Amino acid sequence: MKVKMLSRNPDSYVRETKLDLQRVPRNYDPTLHPFEVPREYVRALNATKLERVFAKPFLASLDGHRDGVSCLAKHPKSLATVLSGACDGEVRIWNLTKRKCIRMIQAHEGFVRGICTRFCGTSFFTVGDDKTVKQWKMDGPSYGEEEEPLHTILGKTVYTGIDHHWKEAVFATCGQQVDIWDEQRTSPICSMTWGFDSISSVKFNPIETFLLGSCASDRNIVLYDMRQATPLKKVILDMRTNTICWNPMEAFIFTAANEDYNLYTFDMRALDTPVMIHMDHVSAVLDVDYSPTGKDFVSASFDKSIRIFPVDRSRSREVYHTKRMQHVICVKWTSDSKYIMCGSDEMNIRLWKANASEKLGVLTSREKAATDYNQRLKEKFQHHPHIKRISRHRHLPKSIYSQIQEQRIMKEARRRKELNRIKHSKPGSVQRVSEKKKRVVAVVK
Amino acid sequence: METVPKLGNNVPPKKDKLQGKKKKPRRYWEEETTQTAAGASPGPPRKRKRNRELRPQKPKNTHSTKKSRISKKPQVPKKPRERRSPGPQRSLSGAQDPFTGPAPVPVEVVQKFCRIDKSKKLPRSETKIRSRLEAAEAQEEEISVKAARSELLLAEEPGFLEGEDGEDTAKICQADIVEAVDIASAAKHFDLNLRQFGPYRLNYSRTGRHLAFGGRRGHVAALDWVTKKLMCEINVMEAVRDIRFLHSEALLAVAQNRWLHIYDNQGIELHCIRRCDRITQLEFLPFHFLLATASETGFLTYLDVSVGKIVAALNARAGRLNIMTQNPYNAVIHLGHSNGTVSLWSPAMKEPLAKILCHRGGVRAVAVDSTGTHMATSGLDHQLKIFDLRGTFQPLSARTLPQGAGHLAFSQRGLLAAGMGDVVNIWAGQGKASPPSLEQPYLTHRLSGHVHGLQFCPFEDVLGVGHSGGITSMLVPGAAEPNFDGLESNPYRSRKQRQEWEVKALLEKVPAELICLDPRALAEVDVISLEQEEKERLERLGYDPDTKPPFQPKPKQKGRSSTASLVKRKRKVMDEEHRDKVRQSLEQQPQKQEKAKPMGARPSALDRFVR
Repeated sequence: MKVKMLSRNPDSYVRETKLDLQRVPRNYDPTLHPFEVPREYVRALNATKLERVFAKPFLASLDGHRDGVSCLAKHPKSLATVLSGACDGEVRIWNLTKRKCIRMIQAHEGFVRGICTRFCGTSFFTVGDDKTVKQWKMDGPSYGEEEEPLHTILGKTVYTGIDHHWKEAVFATCGQQVDIWDEQRTSPICSMTWGFDSISSVKFNPIETFLLGSCASDRNIVLYDMRQATPLKKVILDMRTNTICWNPMEAFIFTAANEDYNLYTFDMRALDTPVMIHMDHVSAVLDVDYSPTGKDFVSASFDKSIRIFPVDRSRSREVYHTKRMQHVICVKWTSDSKYIMCGSDEMNIRLWKANASEKLGVLTSREKAATDYNQRLKEKFQHHPHIKRISRHRHLPKSIYSQIQEQRIMKEARRRKELNRIKHSKPGSVQRVSEKKKRVVAVVK
Repeated sequence: METVPKLGNNVPPKKDKLQGKKKKPRRYWEEETTQTAAGASPGPPRKRKRNRELRPQKPKNTHSTKKSRISKKPQVPKKPRERRSPGPQRSLSGAQDPFTGPAPVPVEVVQKFCRIDKSKKLPRSETKIRSRLEAAEAQEEEISVKAARSELLLAEEPGFLEGEDGEDTAKICQADIVEAVDIASAAKHFDLNLRQFGPYRLNYSRTGRHLAFGGRRGHVAALDWVTKKLMCEINVMEAVRDIRFLHSEALLAVAQNRWLHIYDNQGIELHCIRRCDRITQLEFLPFHFLLATASETGFLTYLDVSVGKIVAALNARAGRLNIMTQNPYNAVIHLGHSNGTVSLWSPAMKEPLAKILCHRGGVRAVAVDSTGTHMATSGLDHQLKIFDLRGTFQPLSARTLPQGAGHLAFSQRGLLAAGMGDVVNIWAGQGKASPPSLEQPYLTHRLSGHVHGLQFCPFEDVLGVGHSGGITSMLVPGAAEPNFDGLESNPYRSRKQRQEWEVKALLEKVPAELICLDPRALAEVDVISLEQEEKERLERLGYDPDTKPPFQPKPKQKGRSSTASLVKRKRKVMDEEHRDKVRQSLEQQPQKQEKAKPMGARPSALDRFVR
């Protein structure tokens, strides 16, 4: 007879002294871990609930401006520095870690229309209603010196926007036309127009750095190549586009913030249909900015809220609002992709977390592992109705909520009407046009 | 296996080519390798190759031989490794690594951890979704390989009992085993002589550390049976029908003559649940925190012990219920009835999930094994049957016993114990997943009284038997899972660990509505509701947005865009589509005809009259 009994030595399963860690032997045999899927589901459900519990995105409000904030700019080298221009011509530089204003300049008379930093971070440019372009040093004047711009260019018309080239000493302004300037000269290298209308914003492409996009109030978005004297092509939409923003990871993708409450993501190679229509705002979208990852973007709207959209989704994943925040005019996603700043009508700059439930500060490795695990679980079970409902739930101000309902009814009515029209007319005589195609009026090359 | 030699074959010619084309200035270590590879010692590498072939196949390679959808993926992480070490690897010292590449893993072990059903094909879907599914599958595959690799770290080996050639293990009595094994194991065999209050029901806690037993005449006790430390001993002054530990050893449910009572580990009565009356059997579902009770009045009641609410009270409509067991795989309750059927219940359904006719005459005992694949039943017809619970509920084997088994229990490794009068028989199968073979018992033991309760102790090679003469703890080598998981149920856990575990377990309490026959159904695509949704969407929209728009010929230049040519091109596409349709329908037709033919019957002359 040969016999062996299962006989464990307790010493190998119990810690030796109280100061040791407890021993936890593992066995990954699935029969010892029954109900794997239901338990993971419950964990995912708990994680989703906790995410909503911990969703406290608002971090700070930077107050000090004496009029509405009209433009924001990030510092290319320092994460903590932010520049903002106000409607009374004042420019302020903020330190985000201290949440304090470190410098203020009375830059223009009237609005500061645009502000941008030089790629090296040593100076910045502003344009204002007083028909000037000014270049300022980033550091304050030393003792005894007066606060004065490095250069001032006096133009003939009002400039409404400015953007700096990502690599060279070149910047572009817009107004009646798009001007491209060399920093050293007082007259533009070239100025480009297509039609006669005021252009509201101009943006350099961060990857293909000689490409520019601008949007004008005659409803068009025009693309330029800096190396050519004439514009490349333009697309005319239903309504006016307020700003555009290039995707920092995909050179040919840009998103346009439109007056018809929607955002349109375009592929510049095929402008006849937008890649995606992002709809959720209930009022004109005023500004848009991409996250440095190129996966999401944030949009600011006249409806007193900002929304975060994934690039490939038509619905927003997040909406931020407060009782006191008025029409949001400008928004920026910080370069570490963790925070969002928005400047609004009631003179404040607000700082938000990009991921509402994220824990700030240093995480221990266990915390990090737990959040990663929970994130994976949430992804795995995201389509289950119960989990989906909880993760999508947002509290909205009454005005936005009622407008959403109203617009839903309007949209439904339009759809019904179209269906009825097709039903009661000769088959084939009324063509169904897809929602995406409807919004593009024309593409001109 | 095929990829590995290829690797070896592929790379040296490459190197030769390199040498042939360019005479590059060579480093000293390169020179050394080429010399040995070329002529100096051709022996060792060849030998090594043979060795490698003898080694068990890597699961990755076996998959790659199949042309299945998973084939490419597991190799992806391998690529950088190949790039790093072209050809036979040699260190600076010239020593060769005899075991290049990752360590081989036996296929059976990987199979154990594999969660994908490879027999099912991936559904037809968009390329984007399909590639995502494939990536997920590849990941799953990799995880199972990793888990299989960790098998090496398991510390304990399972026990066994083997007779000398010709010796029958059933003839070996407990005294012999006790004599042969070490002192610690021998101490696990004991008898409690409690003739006064018997017969006894007993229950081990989930960690296998604690034992509770209750005698018919009111004796209730709980003890740490390993150290033989008594936790409590009381007499409830009422008949005790059944006793069961709740999620931890601190709580104890006792089915008494009238009501259900809950005691703590010091014997203090915490609750008396009057809504559960005349309980005959108790069963605790640890992951759902549900206490299932079967009553004389014919009700199956689920009590949520974490909140103290009754989740469901189901009328089985089959008279008195006194045979109940749970399926540990999916938490379905099996009830045995006097008409020979076993019904399967979940709290979400008012009706049984399934009914299985098992015996002529009543069912006497039911047991389900830990993997949820086999169910053993015994009936008044003296039969002992084993059923397959996967899908068809067919009997796999049956055996008539002289007396018929009154109690059945499965061990963690698939041993089946049956209590027949005062005898306990144990049958063993080939392995964990195979059903026990009923021909030859593995062990038998005669007790001093009639068996009234049976349970294998988790994580110990011990079978606890409650009988009219008290409690007997039998040694059954090879019954238990040798390696426990410390986070799931740890017999050696401290108080702090237990408290922590309790909080975690409560946090991930599975809702009662999720109990169904297939617990993995939650992770699968719900095809039925998906189709329903699609249908509703079509109705709502009034048209199918996924239909292909009619072909519109592109405008061409140089006068080729005339109306006639446009129509021609349109017609061409239309004809092509039509041809495709016809081809498809032709392909389908013969299949239909084959189906129409009567199956199995020989053709006869009278067939022509059949209409």
